[in-house]
Amino acid sequence: VIEWTPGGIPSIHRVSKSVNLNSSYLKKKQCFTGQMQEIMKWNGWGYVDSKFQFNKKGQAEFTGKRYRLSGMVMPALKEWFESTFGASLQHKTPASAIPNSSAVQPPILNEAFVEDLKSTGIPFSQDAEDRVFRAHGHCLHEIFALREGKVGRVPDMVVWPSNHNDVVKIVELACKHNVCLIPYGGGTSVSSALECPPEETRTIVSVDTSQMNRILWIDEKNLTAHVEAGIVGQELERLLNESGYCTGHEPDSMEFSSLGGWVATRASGMKKNIYGNIEDLVVHIRMVTPQGVIEKSCQGPRMSTGPDIHHFILGSEGTLGVVTEVTMKIRPMPEYQKYGSVVFPNFEQGVACLREVLTLITNVFAGHALKPQKFYITKFKGFDPNRLCVATLLFEGDRERVLQHEKQVYDIAAKFGGLAAGEDNGQRGYMLTFVIAYLRDLGMDYYVIGESFETSVPWDRVLDICRNVKERIIRECKERGVQFPPLSTCRVTQTYDAGACVYFYFAFNYRGLSDPVHVYEQVEHAARDEILANGGSLSHHHGVGKLRKEWMRETVSRVGMGMLKSVKDYVDPGNIFGNRNLL
Amino acid sequence: MASEAVYSHRDPMLKKRDDFEDILEERRNCSDLRYALKCYTPVVYKGLTPCKAGVLKNMVLQSDQLHYVINQVSKETGKAPEDVQEEASAILEEMAHRMQLSTVRFFAFTLCKVFKTLFRSICVNEEGIQRLQQAIQEHPVVLLPSHRSYMDFLLMSYILFTYDLALPVIAAGMDFMGMKIVGEMLRMSGAFFIRRSFGGDKLYWAVFSEYVKTILKNGLAPVEFFLEGTRSRTAKSLTPKLGLLNIVMDPFLKGEVFDINVVPVSISYERILEETLYARELLGVPKPKESTSGLFKARRVLSEDYGSIHVYFGQPVSVRSLAEGRVNRCQFNLTPRHIPKRPSDDVHSFVNAAAYRLVRAQEENMVLKPWVLLASLLLQNHHQDLDQDRAAGPERGMGLDELTEEALWLRDVCRQYGAFLHWPDHVPPSEVVSSSLDLHRGLVRISEGRVRLAVEHAGPSGPGVHPGAGPEEQLLNQAVVVLSCASYRNQALHVFLRPALLASAMHIATSSNKQEVFNSFSFLRNMFSNEFILCPGATMQDFEEACFLLVKTGVLQITEQEVLSTHRGHRTLAFLTRMMDPFLQGYQVICMFLCEEASEALTEKTFIPAVRGFMVKQLLSGRLRYTEVLSSDLQKNALAALLRLGAVLKTKGADQTTLKVNRVMVNSLEDTLGGKLPTQKAAVARL
Repeated sequence: VIEWTPGGIPSIHRVSKSVNLNSSYLKKKQCFTGQMQEIMKWNGWGYVDSKFQFNKKGQAEFTGKRYRLSGMVMPALKEWFESTFGASLQHKTPASAIPNSSAVQPPILNEAFVEDLKSTGIPFSQDAEDRVFRAHGHCLHEIFALREGKVGRVPDMVVWPSNHNDVVKIVELACKHNVCLIPYGGGTSVSSALECPPEETRTIVSVDTSQMNRILWIDEKNLTAHVEAGIVGQELERLLNESGYCTGHEPDSMEFSSLGGWVATRASGMKKNIYGNIEDLVVHIRMVTPQGVIEKSCQGPRMSTGPDIHHFILGSEGTLGVVTEVTMKIRPMPEYQKYGSVVFPNFEQGVACLREVLTLITNVFAGHALKPQKFYITKFKGFDPNRLCVATLLFEGDRERVLQHEKQVYDIAAKFGGLAAGEDNGQRGYMLTFVIAYLRDLGMDYYVIGESFETSVPWDRVLDICRNVKERIIRECKERGVQFPPLSTCRVTQTYDAGACVYFYFAFNYRGLSDPVHVYEQVEHAARDEILANGGSLSHHHGVGKLRKEWMRETVSRVGMGMLKSVKDYVDPGNIFGNRNLL
Repeated sequence: MASEAVYSHRDPMLKKRDDFEDILEERRNCSDLRYALKCYTPVVYKGLTPCKAGVLKNMVLQSDQLHYVINQVSKETGKAPEDVQEEASAILEEMAHRMQLSTVRFFAFTLCKVFKTLFRSICVNEEGIQRLQQAIQEHPVVLLPSHRSYMDFLLMSYILFTYDLALPVIAAGMDFMGMKIVGEMLRMSGAFFIRRSFGGDKLYWAVFSEYVKTILKNGLAPVEFFLEGTRSRTAKSLTPKLGLLNIVMDPFLKGEVFDINVVPVSISYERILEETLYARELLGVPKPKESTSGLFKARRVLSEDYGSIHVYFGQPVSVRSLAEGRVNRCQFNLTPRHIPKRPSDDVHSFVNAAAYRLVRAQEENMVLKPWVLLASLLLQNHHQDLDQDRAAGPERGMGLDELTEEALWLRDVCRQYGAFLHWPDHVPPSEVVSSSLDLHRGLVRISEGRVRLAVEHAGPSGPGVHPGAGPEEQLLNQAVVVLSCASYRNQALHVFLRPALLASAMHIATSSNKQEVFNSFSFLRNMFSNEFILCPGATMQDFEEACFLLVKTGVLQITEQEVLSTHRGHRTLAFLTRMMDPFLQGYQVICMFLCEEASEALTEKTFIPAVRGFMVKQLLSGRLRYTEVLSSDLQKNALAALLRLGAVLKTKGADQTTLKVNRVMVNSLEDTLGGKLPTQKAAVARL
């Protein structure tokens, strides 16, 4: 990942505990309905016990015990926070404390469906809290509304199938009684994909796949594992590790996001350079649709049998059916893992280096991130602190080759003016990926709102798009009356032969604005227009959902839309999977 | 057309403009040398450190763009890529500027001296300078001055140096390079030289466009060029040329920069150095080749009072906001940006519309001096004298009081139309008039309290008739004065243009029916769109503007059905139609020529001399009144219009282009211009 901004994010001190990242994963296996929501925030990111807060001395700390950062005090964060956003600890915007059940509309129930469902014995709930929890993802406007205690259209019931057959039954009943189904995995969507269409008058049933979380078999000959699609990333990794394997798929949300969700949104992980993206990792997919079950007849590693039917499923965003089981490639756990980091005098050099590294090494170089400096490095001799940028690196493989390639990478970096900045910085960079989402919640306590969004773009346009989108954000904020200069920064998170994935981070202090979310949405909209005008894609891996639907037609062409529509029309003529994403 | 649309027009009188500061004033009080050697530290784009000329050249030569074209040319011609690269390098060498601060300082020193001798003042709007300074730091800047004189770009650089602003890199015609030392010195003060035509030369185009883009994209210096392509000899703005504008907009359209600021600059001369030179040129004396000695000679000859100069730096125009909603930038997503591509239709029409908008912005901020009004009035009076056959009598010309009264009336009209008129209100009007006449004494005669153009007429009583001068020569001598005078009137044309077109339209329309008047207006506008700056596709808007102004000033009453003149509007309408008359008549005569005289063998080259010969005959025989029509500018514009309308067709032969005349069509155009034929229903939306 490459990130860069003048005045980035503060260094975090006293990182001494050397705990493996994996220790942050959930120890206990989730086993029954609704338990997840007891340890998760209902109106913010992640675990209830983990959050950034300012203690009585005004110093920032991270609570809980789950992360390496937990229990640490970060004196620099306050200063950074105040100077970057013009925020003040005096001006608080606390969230409303508990979910307000009375604000939730009573469920619209299709009694006949409920009766038939009861007879199947599949657990379900009509409890307001359960329903609200599954009515949103993590878009800014969704979280903002929850913090204000506002709730819109929510699912009328939640069901918890425990295996493929349960899903078949649910879908059959839904078709029979014309009920709307919305599949729910980890709830980490950032595309308004989980929002219930307000105009939907049928009963909306949230199909929570969290109980379908078993590894059904591991095939060591073929290096594949057959897994139920409701399993969340960290659990899948933990279970595979027990057998000495891994998938290598590590999206930033892997603590909470599910395998089925990855398939449905075409997810991408930070180690994709070795292991590949989700579409490279799946060998077989099973999905239940209103027309029946779709799957291939064999597990051949590649097939020439017309267009790959997996690609109707990958990225279908819950509009066609529920993914129930997936056969995934697995790899033996890497023998050796090494973090690293390089600091570059500026972002341009960093990008050029990443490109060069990519053309030389593809095997061991698991991941990298170019980030804005101050995150973990404040001073570096001879470098302009406002321009320098940091690349974090992760090497995996057998020890000898890791060391050999590490040297090669640092040699290349040197050609671009990059200096090795140590393993610690690299590791911290990776760790921060997991806690960065918690930072937004802190901001929201003090009038600061923000979000990240991503795109993919050819190499020759990376610098142009970064400059133009950042500038567009700043300009749009100014035009819309934002009183304080916004944080507008970016990083390169994934690289390909033909281009890169770029993340933009955007946040601002909204004091003085009457409708901050609207302003935020207008700016994000403008930023997306700018991305498209600069040759960027509509999304690299977040998906389209309902948030980016309006650009789909120009993105895939009229004919392309027609193709997708006709698939939907055949597979789901009654619009049972009625979340209205994508099309 | 909804009537409220007509009246919702923004009142041009409300236009706000900045005040001026005289930058020569300080120069008259302290050392020029100290000024030339002052500390010069201009603000630059985003704190960039200026790069050396050599670095710039390397950037150009190593660009993907140029590499691509070099390989292409090499494949097409069979030359080795290294040889083509060599050629590219030579082109760049010939083209590139070599800005040197010492030369700039030399110029600053010399120009101080020259300007102080020639001009009373050089007035600059300092607020415009401040806006420019801001703009330079934010985004790459393109400066677009109007072009009326050789002085223009020296003057621009001089002003920017004075205000400690980044000196521009200026696109100059190759002909300047012929001026031995001066050419090189201009190069060292920031000029780069381009060939006048290089239509088919891919390599030249690639080097040239990449050179300009590299400077612009990296914010190395503001790029300056003349939208009009060449100096306007008539003081009317010329139809903008799109080549360079296309190049400078490209980096924005392709996302290589966030935005580009385009700054229109209006330079108005109270008296143009090249005044009579231009008139002669328009009459067919070819343009003298730029030579150093010529320039110095010109300077010596012309070292008299040229009044003042006003330079107005307009509001920077963001290319991004111009393009908003007009160009889909995604069109550049599917091919690598370094592969040269013809602009798509929407890009072309966007650049064209932007160019017109920018030229109009230049026009709007041109400062008009009282003399411009006097010249307009004197010209009209001159023609009335001819009409009433008193051209040689004692009644000719205008009484000073009469002229003053008319000028005051016209001043007020002008202001109501939103003109940027500098009429010193604190000075008694008679003094304003007399001092204006004094400055332009070469063009007027004052005797016995009457003023007229300094045109001597043939005839028994005509004084000052050169014995031995043939009638044709006399005619040309008169035409020099008339054209010089017309060039001042032309400075105000843009102010009156739309109302004048409406007045003429009412004149040639067969009734006062609103639709019919609009049709005539639309016809005239279409006919004259090579002659004046009329934005493409803005017929309705122009019509509304004209109606708005004339209704506001009580000249017209417009009802649902009709356009009617009021009693008190007569004076204005007469003035406006008289203003358009020379052009109407000029186009008519050209049509007449094409119908009656043009032979089958008429070529593009012989067109001007043949038309001129025909006109001279007509003028001498008294059938034609306006000597102005002898202007080759008008003749060229008319031909371009006729070609555009398809009334004349070009056929390319082996060594010349012949013109094929559609007599029926030309004839009907002539009749319509003369009001003898009703206009065809305009294709544009109905009223």
